[in-house]
Amino acid sequence: MSQTSTEAPPIVSRNTAVGWLRQMLQIRRFEERSAKLYQEQKIGGFCHLYSGQEAVAVGSIGVLREDDYVITAYRDHGHALARGMDPKLGMAEMLGKSAGCSRGKGGSMHFFDAEKGFLGGHAIVGSHIPLAAGVAFASKYRGQDNVCICFFGDGAMDQGSLHETFNMASLWKLPVIYVVENNLMSMGTHLHRHSWTTDLTIRGGTAYGMPGVLVDGNDIEEMARITREACLRARAGEGPTFIEAKTYRFRGHSMSDPMKYRSKEEAEKAKERDPIVLYESLLKERGWIDEQALEDLHEKIKVEIEEAIEFAENAPEPTADELYQDVSVATHIPQES
Amino acid sequence: MAMSTYREALRQAMDEEMERDDAVFLMGEEVAEYNGAYKVSQGLLDKYGPRRIIDSPISEEGFAGIGIGAAMVGLRPIIEFMTYSFSLVAFDQLVNNAANVRYMSGGQFTVPIVFRGNSGIAGALGATHSHRPEALYAHIPGLTVMMPATPADAKGMLKAAIRSDDPVIFIEHENLLGEKGEVPDDVDYLVPIGKADVKRTGSDVTIITYSRSLVTSLQAAEQLAAEGIECEVIDLRTIRPLDLDTILESVVKTHRAVIVEENWPYCGVGAGVADRIYHKVFDELDAPIKRVTSLDVPVPYAKSLERLVIPSVEKVVAQVKDVCYRS
Repeated sequence: MSQTSTEAPPIVSRNTAVGWLRQMLQIRRFEERSAKLYQEQKIGGFCHLYSGQEAVAVGSIGVLREDDYVITAYRDHGHALARGMDPKLGMAEMLGKSAGCSRGKGGSMHFFDAEKGFLGGHAIVGSHIPLAAGVAFASKYRGQDNVCICFFGDGAMDQGSLHETFNMASLWKLPVIYVVENNLMSMGTHLHRHSWTTDLTIRGGTAYGMPGVLVDGNDIEEMARITREACLRARAGEGPTFIEAKTYRFRGHSMSDPMKYRSKEEAEKAKERDPIVLYESLLKERGWIDEQALEDLHEKIKVEIEEAIEFAENAPEPTADELYQDVSVATHIPQES
Repeated sequence: MAMSTYREALRQAMDEEMERDDAVFLMGEEVAEYNGAYKVSQGLLDKYGPRRIIDSPISEEGFAGIGIGAAMVGLRPIIEFMTYSFSLVAFDQLVNNAANVRYMSGGQFTVPIVFRGNSGIAGALGATHSHRPEALYAHIPGLTVMMPATPADAKGMLKAAIRSDDPVIFIEHENLLGEKGEVPDDVDYLVPIGKADVKRTGSDVTIITYSRSLVTSLQAAEQLAAEGIECEVIDLRTIRPLDLDTILESVVKTHRAVIVEENWPYCGVGAGVADRIYHKVFDELDAPIKRVTSLDVPVPYAKSLERLVIPSVEKVVAQVKDVCYRS
């Protein structure tokens, strides 16, 4: 049943591979529990879950250096966790606590973690795409070789900010890697109804003179291999790379999406290529993990996420004086009267 | 002290701050090889080279965002809008990213950036090129909005803006670029953010104004003095945060206020200033506050019509006389 490439020798060590599986499981569990907390109305606002797309974030972020940068859109929990954010901080943010990764000011769509080089969590479609180029611009300006990787959905392919930025990123050979997570849906509008071509490498790569690489986003090691190549290219001063990672989100656009635009059959079929199941099979095939170890891993993750929820639920609510904190570096003078 | 134009003062500010700090760079349309569409950046490419003086494509949203990203990781970009009318194309970047990133990240990221360029009803440019967007930006918590009216302030305020750790909307006026005045040459000459300046003292009426309207207001004050009305003219300089103390101190002294701005009347800066005066010192007022604004129409092309839209010396004189109950 595995469709993951098995011919080439593994590009990762057993330890790394099991670590990646662990991260994917962590993200999945975090998301599924978040869904429940949302239904219990403990999480408010808009909540976009990453279930089904885990291999994209974990595989690509998995090959970055510590001094590289990660920036993403509003479906951001997965990328934050893949970058090593403590799930306690993420969960506390979801529950609007000041112990959260954005002190309860950001919420589900605006996770930040400066220590991990995680620059958000941006909720206006396409709006963070220029920021990524700016981060890469700064690396180049300083003569450093760290890179910035930027994730967005196929819906962002239609924003002007993307096209303006891709031109400049290519023109100035900025060390940035753009990853479109093509889950076939721009909210509820299917790719063939929102894009003149379903081959996004043409619109994102070819059109801007950068390599446009199509990759199976559910194949974590392939995702890692392609990203590693893009990193090398960026660090060598050869400029940006555009990666189209084909994937599928198992849940709706957000928690409030009844998903009337796609059939149950389509969703069920996609689950046959669940990136976690694929990777578990592959690792078992390689003899890198057995049933017992896998079961232990699932159990460990379960406990970890329950602990995160407990931490978040017990964390104090932000106090009213926090309202005025962090508006600006200089003392904020509210223009209230 | 030396005589400089407003344009030269802006250039000196950028030059000195770039000399002082390698993290400062200038990016925008035509800033490098063309030497600036309005020649503000003239000569800077020769001095600092293409690494730090960067011509961008005509992609305001894109390069505004690139500046914000660079600022989030510690550079101090100066992003030039050829005119501030074009900042509307980058509105999302300024409002959603520059202003919010610090707050939304719980203080983990800062955006030390200056967006600068000229604005105003500058002469037959029509509706699209005559915007005065200060009220739009002053509305937004997280942004600082500065508008210099004199060459000295242009320099000291821009230097303070570049050294600020917060995003600054720095709006110049096209018709002031050639104005001359004494400009301090001290490399640490800074005009503090959030401080208004009393440009003329007087005891009868307080005129509150900023940017090009300061010139109009000072001319009106001169004319009124000849008729025995002494105006105190306050130049706000920083629109957000507002220096309410300086305003109130003056109004308590004169008991009368006229607000002069090139902005539209509804929801404009003057509306906010008047609201604060009424709430703070209502009992001190001897007359209702009057406002002189641009007229509430898109800016027309024809000079004969455009002239009617802008606050004029005559309109200011008339409103000052009105609050003094003189005719």
